[in-house]
Amino acid sequence: MKTPLDSITGTIISGLILTVILYFFVVNFLVKTAV
Amino acid sequence: MELTIVRWLHIFAGIIWIGLLYYFNFVQAVALPKAKADNTAAGITKHVAPQALLWFRWAALATWLLGAYYLERSGVGLGNAFMLKGAAASIGVGAWLGTIMLFNVWVLIWPNQKKVLGLVQADDATKAKAARVAFLASRTNTMLSLPMLFFMVAGSVGHGLPQM
Repeated sequence: MKTPLDSITGTIISGLILTVILYFFVVNFLVKTAV
Repeated sequence: MELTIVRWLHIFAGIIWIGLLYYFNFVQAVALPKAKADNTAAGITKHVAPQALLWFRWAALATWLLGAYYLERSGVGLGNAFMLKGAAASIGVGAWLGTIMLFNVWVLIWPNQKKVLGLVQADDATKAKAARVAFLASRTNTMLSLPMLFFMVAGSVGHGLPQM
């Protein structure tokens, strides 16, 4: 079964999307709640 | 001074680790099928890949250990980072991603690459399955390296998460 990770482009795009998701998770659920 | 040297060595080891990870994904994975097609793959699989994997797996361990030591000695605290507490949340996410990547190197990539490269005995079906697992683990690490680098940079001293 093919996955986005089978291509370099798909891997990089997946990494960028994950970065954005984790960024908003950290900013909204971890940093703000700690202040 | 001690922390500066530890941090310097952590980044040095990290460059070796991630540099080789990118070599495997951006160069070797693309070149190997072409080399197999004209019967020149042995140079890569017998000589280049084992040497690259040696530096790759030990640099991964060194990067993690130096990073853990730095977190503990710098006052951030390894526990605070892994519990994603307050100001340690950003570097903590980076530390978690690095830890998952270290796991992938030693538990998924290296044992399966040993089968693929013939360093341990395996039949053809096992080799094919091992190649797929190692490939996906390596690609997963490449994907994880992007947020890992972002949170390592954002979590370092003097910086912070960019506010939008």
